[in-house]
Amino acid sequence: MNALLWLVPGLPAAAGAVLALSGVRSRRAAVTITLTVAALTLVLTTGFAVGQSTVRTPFLAKADLALGMDPLAGVVGVAVVVVAVLVLVFAGADVTESPARFGGLMLLFVAAVLTTVAARTLPTLILGWEVMGATSYALIGFDWRRPAAVTGGVVAFVTTRTADLGLYLAAGAALAGGGTLDLARMSDVAEPWRTVVAAGIAAAAIGKAAQLPFTFWISRAMEGPSPVSALLHSAAMVAMGGYLLLRVPELLARTPVVGTTVAWIGALTTVGLGLVALAQRDVKQVLAASTSAQLGFVVLAAGLGGVSAGVGQLLAHAATKALLFLAAGAWLSALGTRRLSALRGVARRWPLLGALATVGLLSLAGIAPLSLWAGKEGVLAVALSTTSSRISSEGGWPLYLLGLLGTALSAAYAGRVLQIIWSGRSPETDRWDEFEPGTRRIEPAMWPPLILLALAAVALGVLALPAVSDPLAAAVGGPHPAEGVVELIGSAGLALVVTAIAWRRTAVAERRPVRSTRPTRLLLDWFGLERAARAGLVAPVDRLAGLLARFDDRMLDAGVETAAGRTVALAGAAARFDRSDLDGLVEGLGRAVRRLARLARRPQTGQIHQYYLQSAAVVIVVAVLLIVIG
Amino acid sequence: MLSLIIFLPLVVGLLLCVVRLPDLVARWVWVVTALAEFVLVVTLWVTARPGSSGLWAEEQLRWIPSVGVSYHVGVDGLSLPLLGLTAVIFVAAAAYAFAQHDRPRLYAAVNLFLQSTCFGLFAAQDLILFFVFFDLSIVAMYLVIARWGHGATHRRSALKFFLYTFLGSLALLGAFIGLFVASNPHTFDMVALAAHPPLVGRPGAATLVIVLLLIGLAVKTPTVPFHTWLPPAHTDAPTVGSLVLAAVLLKMGTYGFVRIAMPMLPESWRQWSWVIIVVGVVSVLYGALVALAQTDLKRTIAYTSVNHMGYVVLGVGVAGLTARSDEVARQIAVTGAVTQMVSHGLITGALFLLAGTFWERRQSYALDDYGGLARSAPRLTAMFGLAAFASLGLPGFSGFVAEFQIFTGSIALAPVTAVALLGILITAGLFLRALQRVFTGPQRGASVDFADLSPHEVLAAGLLLVPAVAIGLVPRPLLAVITPAAQTLIRQLGG
Repeated sequence: MNALLWLVPGLPAAAGAVLALSGVRSRRAAVTITLTVAALTLVLTTGFAVGQSTVRTPFLAKADLALGMDPLAGVVGVAVVVVAVLVLVFAGADVTESPARFGGLMLLFVAAVLTTVAARTLPTLILGWEVMGATSYALIGFDWRRPAAVTGGVVAFVTTRTADLGLYLAAGAALAGGGTLDLARMSDVAEPWRTVVAAGIAAAAIGKAAQLPFTFWISRAMEGPSPVSALLHSAAMVAMGGYLLLRVPELLARTPVVGTTVAWIGALTTVGLGLVALAQRDVKQVLAASTSAQLGFVVLAAGLGGVSAGVGQLLAHAATKALLFLAAGAWLSALGTRRLSALRGVARRWPLLGALATVGLLSLAGIAPLSLWAGKEGVLAVALSTTSSRISSEGGWPLYLLGLLGTALSAAYAGRVLQIIWSGRSPETDRWDEFEPGTRRIEPAMWPPLILLALAAVALGVLALPAVSDPLAAAVGGPHPAEGVVELIGSAGLALVVTAIAWRRTAVAERRPVRSTRPTRLLLDWFGLERAARAGLVAPVDRLAGLLARFDDRMLDAGVETAAGRTVALAGAAARFDRSDLDGLVEGLGRAVRRLARLARRPQTGQIHQYYLQSAAVVIVVAVLLIVIG
Repeated sequence: MLSLIIFLPLVVGLLLCVVRLPDLVARWVWVVTALAEFVLVVTLWVTARPGSSGLWAEEQLRWIPSVGVSYHVGVDGLSLPLLGLTAVIFVAAAAYAFAQHDRPRLYAAVNLFLQSTCFGLFAAQDLILFFVFFDLSIVAMYLVIARWGHGATHRRSALKFFLYTFLGSLALLGAFIGLFVASNPHTFDMVALAAHPPLVGRPGAATLVIVLLLIGLAVKTPTVPFHTWLPPAHTDAPTVGSLVLAAVLLKMGTYGFVRIAMPMLPESWRQWSWVIIVVGVVSVLYGALVALAQTDLKRTIAYTSVNHMGYVVLGVGVAGLTARSDEVARQIAVTGAVTQMVSHGLITGALFLLAGTFWERRQSYALDDYGGLARSAPRLTAMFGLAAFASLGLPGFSGFVAEFQIFTGSIALAPVTAVALLGILITAGLFLRALQRVFTGPQRGASVDFADLSPHEVLAAGLLLVPAVAIGLVPRPLLAVITPAAQTLIRQLGG
C-alpha cells in the first residue's frame, strides 16, 4: 500500500511524458487524458494526505530517493493538485494549440511539484525542484513562435537556477558536516557547515519564491499562457519556495543569521513589490508583483519559525491568486488585452466574472473575513509576537511594521484594480486584440473553476478561526500566537480604509493623463533589477566569454599551430643540414679516413727489414714513454 | 568471451574490406555486428563474476615475455561501464549511418576496426596492449575524419587531431617505460603494477613519470590548455565520427586517470591532486565560457565537452585529497567521475548526432542560419531540447547523477571547488540561448522546409537518450558496479 506513494508523482510524470511526446492531435483526447490523470493524481494525493507514510529506494551513495507524506506535505500537496485540476479544466477551453504538449507538460510539472512537496532527501528535492524549473521554462515559452514568451522562459529558468546552486552547495556542505542528505536531519549538521546548508537552501527558496533580489523573473514569466500563470505563480512553483522554508524550521531556528535574513527579505519584498504592483499598467504584471509580495508574508513567517501561519498564507494565496489569474486569462481570451486601461469597466460587461474577480481582489486586499485577510493576520501575529518575546533580536517592531505596510499596499493595489474593472468610463477599445485576437465571449467551461476558486478564496477565511487554525498548528507545528483584538480589528480596518482610498484616488486619477515620474518609471520597471542583472552579470560574462574564445583561437590554438609550424621549419632546417652540412661532414670524414688509410698502408711494404725497423722504433718510443710516465 | 568482444568487430571489418558486398548488405552487417556486440557485453555484465585478481572475464596469453608484455585482458567496475557505453554508442552509430552513401562498406569496416580498438583499450590489463589500442584508435579516427569528413579543412583537422593526440600517446609511452623500468621485477602488467606501485619513495623519477602521464592523458581528455585539437576535429568529422570521438575516445584519457595514474602512482597523485583539481576547475569554467561565445553548433557542443570532462578531472583530483580523511566523500567523487564518463558519452553523443542532421540537410552548423525550426522539425526540436537539458545537468538525466556526486564530494573535500558550480549555470544559459536561436521565434533562413528527423535518426538518438534517462532515474544498477571499484581505487590511493 505504502509503495503506492511512488505513484503520486510517478503517475502524472509517466503520463505527462508520454502525452507530451505522443503527438496526439485530437484536442478532445488530449484534454480527456490530461484531466483523467490529474483527477487520479488528486485521488492518490488525497489518499496519502492523512497520516504518515514514507517510501525509499537507494539512489546515490548516502542519499536515497525518498518520498514522505505528513500533514504539512499533505495539505500543500492536495492544494497544489486541486488548483492544478481546476486550472486544467479552464485550460481545456482556453489553450487551443498543441493540447497534448500542453497537457503533458502540465502533468510533468505537477509531478515535479509533488516530488518537491514529498521530498525527504536533498537529491529528491533537487530532482523535483529542477524539473519543476525546466517544465516551467517549457510552459512559459509554450507559444514558442513569440520571442518574448521564450525569453520569459529563459529568464525564469536561468534566474531560478542561479539560486538553485544553493541546493548543490548545501548538499556538499551537508556531506562534509554530517554525512547525511536527509532533509529532516539538516539541523544536526555540524557548524560551520550548518550555516552553509541553511544559506544554500534559503537562497534556492528565495529564488523560486520570486523574492528580492530575484523578483524580476516572475515579471517575464507573465508572457506564458494565463492557465500556466494560474498554476505556477499561485499554488505551485513560487509557493514551493515558501514551502521549502516551511519544511526546515529547525534548521532556520538553529542558524539565526539565516533565519533573520530570510524574514527580512520576506518583509522587504512585501513592501517593495507592493509598490511595484501599484505602479503596473498590465493586469498580469499587477498580479505577478503581488504574488512576490504575498509570498513575502510566507517567507517572513518561515524566517520567524511560524510554520502554520506560513501554511495558512500559502493556501489562501493559492486560491485567491489562481482565481485572479484565471479571471485575467478569461478577459485576455475575450478581449485580447492585459492592459488595465483597456479593461476598464470589464466587470460591468460580464458581471458574474466581475463579481468573482471582485471576491479575489477583496481577498487580496485583506478585507475581513476573506482568506488572505486570515492568512496575513496569522503572519502578522507571528511577527508581533517577536516584538515582545525572547526572540526580539531576530524580529521586532521593524518586521511587524513592514508587514503592516505590506498589508496596506495589498489593499491599495487591489483597490486600484477593483476600481478600474468596475469603472463607468469607456475602455481604450483600440487596445483590444493587441495581444491576441479576442473572442468577445467567456467559454462556459471556464465557469466551474472560477466559481470553485472563488468559493475557496472566501471559505479559507476560516483559517482565522481558532477552531481551524489550532488543529492546523498542532499538525504542522510552529508557534501559533493569537493576535489581540485591537490588532485584528486595526489591520482589518486599515485594509478597508486603504482600499477605499485607492478606489477613490484611482477614480480621480483616471480623469487626468498619466504622468510618468522617475520613481514610477523605476517601479514600473520592477526596480530595474533585470536590467541591473543583465548589465552587471550577463554582459560581463558574455564579454569574458568572448575574450576567452578569442584567446582560445588566437593565442592557445595559434600557439599550438605555431609550435607545429616551427617544428616543421626545424625539420626543414635539419633536412638541409642533413643534406649539405651533415652529409658534407660525413663525406669529409670519409675522405679523411681514406687519407689516413693511405698513410697507414705505406708502412706495409712487405719487406722484413723495414718491419724490424718499425718494431725497434715502437719499442724505443714505448720505453721512452714508460720512463717519462714512471 | 572478452576476446570475442574485442576482436569480433575487427574480423567482420576485415571481411567487409575483402568481400565486395552490396552497400545495403554491408550496412546490415554493421548493424548486426553492433547489436551482437551489445548482446555480448550485456551477457558479460550479467554473467561474469570477479576472479581471484578482482577482474572479471580475465584472459592472459604470452606475447613478448622477454620484456614482461602479455596479452592480458579483463574488466572491473571501472571498465565495464565504459564497455557498455562503447557497445551502445556503436549501435547508435550503425543505426545513424544507415543512410550514409559515401563508400558505406569501407565506412562500416573502419568503424568496426575502431570499435575493436575501443573495446581493446578498456579491457587491456597490460600497458603495451593499452598503448597499442590507444594508438590504433587514433589511426582509425584519423581515417574516419580525413576520408569521410566534411568542410574545407577536414584533412587539416584530421592531421591536427592525429599529430596532437599521437604526441600525447608518446608522452604516455614514455611514462609506461618509466613504470616498467622502475618495477621489480620489470613488467608492463597493469594488475601487477597496481598491486605493487613502483617509484614509491623516489620522488624525482615519480615526478617525471606522472608529468608525462598527466600530459598524455590531458591531451586525450582533453583538458585546458591541451584541448584545441577538439573543436576542429569535431566540426569537420562526419557525424558518426563526432559521436565516437566525443562519446568513447575522450574517455580513454579520463579512463587512464583511474586505471593507470591513480593506482600505479598513488603517492604522486596525492601530491599533484591540487594541480589536477585546478586543471579540472579551469576546464569546467573555461570550457563553459568559450562554449557560450561560439556561433557554430558543433563547436559549442565540442566546448561543452571540455566543460563536462573538466568535472571528471575535478572528481578524480579531489580523490587525492587526504587532509580531511573523508573516505566517503572521496569515493563519492570518484564514483561521480566514472558515472560522468558514461553520462557524457550518452548525452553529448546524442547532441552530436542531432547536430549532424543540420549538416546533412543544410551544410551549415551556424546558429544564425536557423530560426523557428520547431515549426518544420518538431521531432528534432523535442529530442534536441531533451538532450540539451540533459547536458545542462537536469535531474532525471544521467548528467545530474554524475555531477551531483562530483559536486558534493568535491565541495565536502575542498569547499573552494564550489566555484565549479557556476559551470552548470553557464551551460544552462548557453543551451537555452542556442535553443531559442535555432528552434523558436519566426521561421527563417535554412529552417524553411527543413526535413524533420527520419525514423532511423530518431532511433539512433533515442538509443542514447533512453539510457541517459534510465541512469538518471534508476542509477543503482550502474552505481552498484562502479562503487566497489571506486572503493578499491581509494584504498589503492591510500592516504
